Amino acid sequence: MPGKLKAKILAGRHLPVMDRASDLTDAFVEVKFGNTTFKTDVFPKSLNPQWNSEWFKFEVDDEDLQDEPLQITVLDHDTYSANDAIGKVYIDIDPLLSTEAATVISGWFPIYDTIHGIRGEISVLVKVELFSDSNRFRQSSCGVKFFSVFCNTRDALHLSCPAPSIPRCYRLAAVHGFVEELVVNEDPEHQWIDRIRTPRASNEARQRLISLMSGELQRKIGLKVLEMGGNAVVGYLQCFDLEGESGLVVRAIGTACTLEKPGSLPPSAPSASPSMETKECVSRPSYPVTVPSPGPSAPLKYQPFSSSSPKSCRHQSSCSDTDLSFVPKIGTSSLICNLTKLMKGEFPFFTFTRFPPGFLLHVGGVVSARSVKLLDRIYNPDEPETRDAWWEEIRQEIKSHAKALGCHAVVGYSESTSICDEVCILSAAGTAAVLDPTLMQEGCLDDGGEHSSARPPSCGCVFCHVPYDDFNSPFPAHLAQCCTCGRHKVPDVLFTTIELPREAKVSGKGCLIQARLCRLKKKAQGEASATAVSNLLPFMEYELHTQLMNKLKLRAMNALFGLRVQISLGENMVVGLASATGVYLNALPSPGGVQIAGKTPGDTAQEQHISNMQRKINDTIAGNKELYEINPLEVAEDVSGSPIPEPQRRPRLFRSVSESSTEVPELDLAYGRKDAFVLEIDDTDALEDMHSLLTDAPAPSGFYSCNTEVMPGIYSWTSAVQMFTSVRMFRLGNANLTNQGVNKAFNDLCEDLLKSLYFKVRSMVPCCLCHLNFSVAVPEEELVQVHLQRSITPFPSPTDTFSILFIAGLHSIGRKSGGGGGENDEQLQFALELSTEPPLSPALSVFPASSVDYGSFADRCSTLVELIKVKAQTMRRGSIKTISSLETGSPLLRDRSRSVRSTHSYSSNAVTVVKMTPLSFIPNTRIIKYLGIINMFFIRETSSLREEGGVSGFLHGFITEVFAMVRAHVAALGGNAVLSYQMKECVFMENPNKNQAQCLINVSGDAVILVRHTEPDP
Amino acid sequence: MEIMSVELDVFVGNTTIMDEEVYQFWLDGYTVSDAVKVRMEGGVLEECEASAEVLQSDTMDQYRTFQMCERLLHTPAKLANQLLFQIPPHRQAMLIERYYAFDSAFVREVLGKKLSKGTKKDLDDVSLKTGITLKSCRRQFDNFKRVFKVVEELKGPLVENIQTHFLLSDKLARDYAAIVFFANNRFETGKRKLQYLSFQDFAFCAGQLISNWTVGAVDNMVEDMDVDLDKEFLQDLKDLKILITDKDLLDQHKSLVCTALRGKTKVYSEMEANFKNLSRGLINIAAKLTNTKDVRDLFIDLVEKFIEPCRSDRWTAADMKLFLIHYTNSAHILDTFKHQVTWDRYMGVIKSCILKMYHD
Repeated sequence: MPGKLKAKILAGRHLPVMDRASDLTDAFVEVKFGNTTFKTDVFPKSLNPQWNSEWFKFEVDDEDLQDEPLQITVLDHDTYSANDAIGKVYIDIDPLLSTEAATVISGWFPIYDTIHGIRGEISVLVKVELFSDSNRFRQSSCGVKFFSVFCNTRDALHLSCPAPSIPRCYRLAAVHGFVEELVVNEDPEHQWIDRIRTPRASNEARQRLISLMSGELQRKIGLKVLEMGGNAVVGYLQCFDLEGESGLVVRAIGTACTLEKPGSLPPSAPSASPSMETKECVSRPSYPVTVPSPGPSAPLKYQPFSSSSPKSCRHQSSCSDTDLSFVPKIGTSSLICNLTKLMKGEFPFFTFTRFPPGFLLHVGGVVSARSVKLLDRIYNPDEPETRDAWWEEIRQEIKSHAKALGCHAVVGYSESTSICDEVCILSAAGTAAVLDPTLMQEGCLDDGGEHSSARPPSCGCVFCHVPYDDFNSPFPAHLAQCCTCGRHKVPDVLFTTIELPREAKVSGKGCLIQARLCRLKKKAQGEASATAVSNLLPFMEYELHTQLMNKLKLRAMNALFGLRVQISLGENMVVGLASATGVYLNALPSPGGVQIAGKTPGDTAQEQHISNMQRKINDTIAGNKELYEINPLEVAEDVSGSPIPEPQRRPRLFRSVSESSTEVPELDLAYGRKDAFVLEIDDTDALEDMHSLLTDAPAPSGFYSCNTEVMPGIYSWTSAVQMFTSVRMFRLGNANLTNQGVNKAFNDLCEDLLKSLYFKVRSMVPCCLCHLNFSVAVPEEELVQVHLQRSITPFPSPTDTFSILFIAGLHSIGRKSGGGGGENDEQLQFALELSTEPPLSPALSVFPASSVDYGSFADRCSTLVELIKVKAQTMRRGSIKTISSLETGSPLLRDRSRSVRSTHSYSSNAVTVVKMTPLSFIPNTRIIKYLGIINMFFIRETSSLREEGGVSGFLHGFITEVFAMVRAHVAALGGNAVLSYQMKECVFMENPNKNQAQCLINVSGDAVILVRHTEPDP
Repeated sequence: MEIMSVELDVFVGNTTIMDEEVYQFWLDGYTVSDAVKVRMEGGVLEECEASAEVLQSDTMDQYRTFQMCERLLHTPAKLANQLLFQIPPHRQAMLIERYYAFDSAFVREVLGKKLSKGTKKDLDDVSLKTGITLKSCRRQFDNFKRVFKVVEELKGPLVENIQTHFLLSDKLARDYAAIVFFANNRFETGKRKLQYLSFQDFAFCAGQLISNWTVGAVDNMVEDMDVDLDKEFLQDLKDLKILITDKDLLDQHKSLVCTALRGKTKVYSEMEANFKNLSRGLINIAAKLTNTKDVRDLFIDLVEKFIEPCRSDRWTAADMKLFLIHYTNSAHILDTFKHQVTWDRYMGVIKSCILKMYHD
């Protein structure tokens, strides 16, 4: 009996009226775990019942503790008929199983019903007592910690003002390697029973199943980690594949690590597991990474690739990003041998994107692989061989791409899928890299601060140096001498999926760069459809890449970080969206300009047109250089020319065009790289491309945007963060769709979304939109049609919709572009001053919008200085009068203090403020405790869509509810923030004719306790 | 090239995003398209290089948020401990204060009327007359009714009860107390002769009446203490009649006042000539207050019987003040007049009400 789970139901509030006659409710609660159920007494006739129940005790295996959620159902007692359910709360017990995380779950939880949404709240207390267990063949992995993203506290510090000797939350002691697992099951929505049960029962079955599956998945991954000698999973990424008829797949990847509390001894393996393995690895300092022994639970993972199911056809598109795909070249570095030995039989993949300085020795570039599969029913959920084999295949390919780049590891690795009917695209991407083997040793992996002195002083350019050498490379490499040290070769552009390394030296600021593409595809079934998709993919990859390259050049930048390419499959179109943050790396050569060339040099009219275009482009580049403040410190003379080529260079470029035009461009992906500078104007298509390049509007002044966590080139931040989610869905008209048409529509859509966002947050300028995360879906038709009885029918054909889910972290920046140093300080100080309150966003809360929102923007822009003065005044007032800054800010509240009774304080029973951010840190704060991973799945359905305000009203309400439930869970764990927050899934289906809609949302993140730098540890 | 149409467009922040300007449009009952129009004219577009669609989408988002919040605003205390929206406390206060704020033009129309379904049905006329949208009228009316219902059966001081239950500012809570008081006693405020009075005039009078004439003025722990007038007191007011029915008393009173005022006012002769009429007016009002009907007519009576005669004689506010002070105080010197306490309690309120109401 390894554990005892105890739960106590205290009270309810704001319950809905269930009895129309009395306008009251006779509520009671069922508490269920596994197969055991307890009930509270009925609390008659109240909307705010006080149950104060006894402790309900469940004696359970810790395996169940990990898999099962605690299920709390609130019901209305009815003497004559069946009791009516008010709603449910699912509580994940996992955070209580690790000794260092939360010890108790206590708080108010929204009572959620899949049909009615949130209906009141319930106060619950949950505890777990774990007994020691010496069984080493156990199935549970209690105590393994999961982190969506791991963040070295130093990283966060680096962004804010320097505050030395901050106790760090954890120290990364060792990295053990890549872990992955997937579990499959039948989707309850597609089972026969679904035909007879109510939508509510079906939704609840689905929610529960997914909760169970993700619990099981975490437990299995935890087991692998324990086998590898680790105690934590960092960069844990869990996804659902709703494969419809063929089932439901929950899969996860992560990086197994050993984490230590700083200053403490190496921890024994969590809970009571025999700590032999851990100790062993601690005592082997000569081996950089512990050799993971393939565990008995996952023998399949290490089998060589076996051919997939007969029905599956494999159309693989090899698409390492073009400039990076070289012919394999093995063994150039002794390091590789050393490490490959250690990583034998394992994927040397790292799922996180931020690293201690010096950890990355060299960065090769982006490696990616995609494969198109035909789904078939999963016959035996316990043996998900097919899916495993598919992913195994993809990972092998990634590994070999990395090898081809002379790299032995892949960092910033991620996997994704896109499913439409029975066709599925599996994608994986990462950044090939060479890691520093000395840093892989235990104890050296934390921030590297202490160890950096042992290494030669780095000038921040090392990671840019190519891991291969010039002469062996068969592809006509555009390598140049490193502009910083001049000793090594660097590529002319660098694409990566990771964050900008801290040691990197950049010039100016970064910016968001997006490539957008939409291609029509014929409607087809099964194989035919899969073939069509796989034929289309290489073209799309190529075009996305070309777009990225051109846009990068146009911004006078030479490197992309955080690159994320998403390919989404729809019934009759495929959408590609690549987002990245462009920067100018000092180490890399200055980018060449963009050249346009006509195909028919004799045509004078066209020549004229081209030279006009060229001038426009050159102006744009020059403008962008100014906008992003790009002026590299040392302009190396030997680097390939000035960014804007002089006219006399043009003939050479013309030549290269004519050469390349004779090639077959489609399949030679290197083509894109070589001639990315040159745009041919020979048809309307190109003209259109050109146009979209130029019309890509820059962010309005005061706004910066990037899709990485940190905006390169901006170093002072306030801790005011705000997180947004925006979902848009567009319907394509029945008009004759052309590639060009949909492409333009899609591009406009993305631009509009950004514009809308800028407008929404205009009162927060100057600010930075970080971690802008777009995800595109093309909702399917046929799949939905399958469960017609579930009352969701397709849109009137032939239309297609895009939905864009989009999450952004907003950062207010403490730095004014025009302001002097003194002002900056003042503002920063101001933010800190306010931080003594626990407001959501100091900048917002003290600054009651009346002064911001109402004021005219023009005034605001031209008198930034004045604005700062106002702020400073507010601050001074606050500190002198020692009145809460909130009161000083608002005349309304000042009124209140004069009132007859000044005792109604809003905060007396106020709800804990929980910040949410897609970032792994909040500036000017430090994490004092990780409470565990939050991974929640919700379904909402309605059959009164119009009454709820149509699709927008319905989804708006649902997202609001999801936020509320996440916050409540975090607050119940004792936390005050969710970091690395992601909305991973947002599947929306509607049937306006029947007034119905359904939506599924999956969110995840790390629950933490944050304190401001200025505060001591509690 | 219109090949796409927006099907769904939402924007949700962890901290609920609200624009005070849009909130006001929503409260004022503007439709989304009207609000967009006004915002466009306000020049918000040029500020941010945004398009009309952006404005439309933003306005829609905000309107939806406000609609979802509205349920909570009906019980403002819930707003502080609900979990659905994360709103900083000072924003919560702003939301509540503005939601319960009302237009003085509107409140003048319904002040003293029964807050019933019938009155609500007539709101379209009010809307037409005041130019305030019907939607906004309904919100304001419902607010009055909601506050009325909640405080109706509570013990303790009215203003404080309103503040605890609705978290309103002191000023606004006092205004609501006045509205509740007027609605409960159904004071007539709509007559043409009363049109010149503002809501604030009435609110001031209500404050005077609440603190001096209600049950709560003597006992502060009974139900309805601040809403109902003290019956005993109203009964006692009949005793004041002696001041006009007893010829000697009336003459004495007049001569005392005249002595005090002689040479101090330009309207002395008019005052002297009119004294008996004026005094009869005031005392008759007092004596009739036991009838509910006459309570309702308190303000119209004050205007007709006292304010209008003075005004036609061109009394200044200072004259009025001087007269009322001496009129009240002189009664104390009258030997045979025994009802000094009732007199003070009556005249204290009447004096300040008349002074407030005596303007153009």
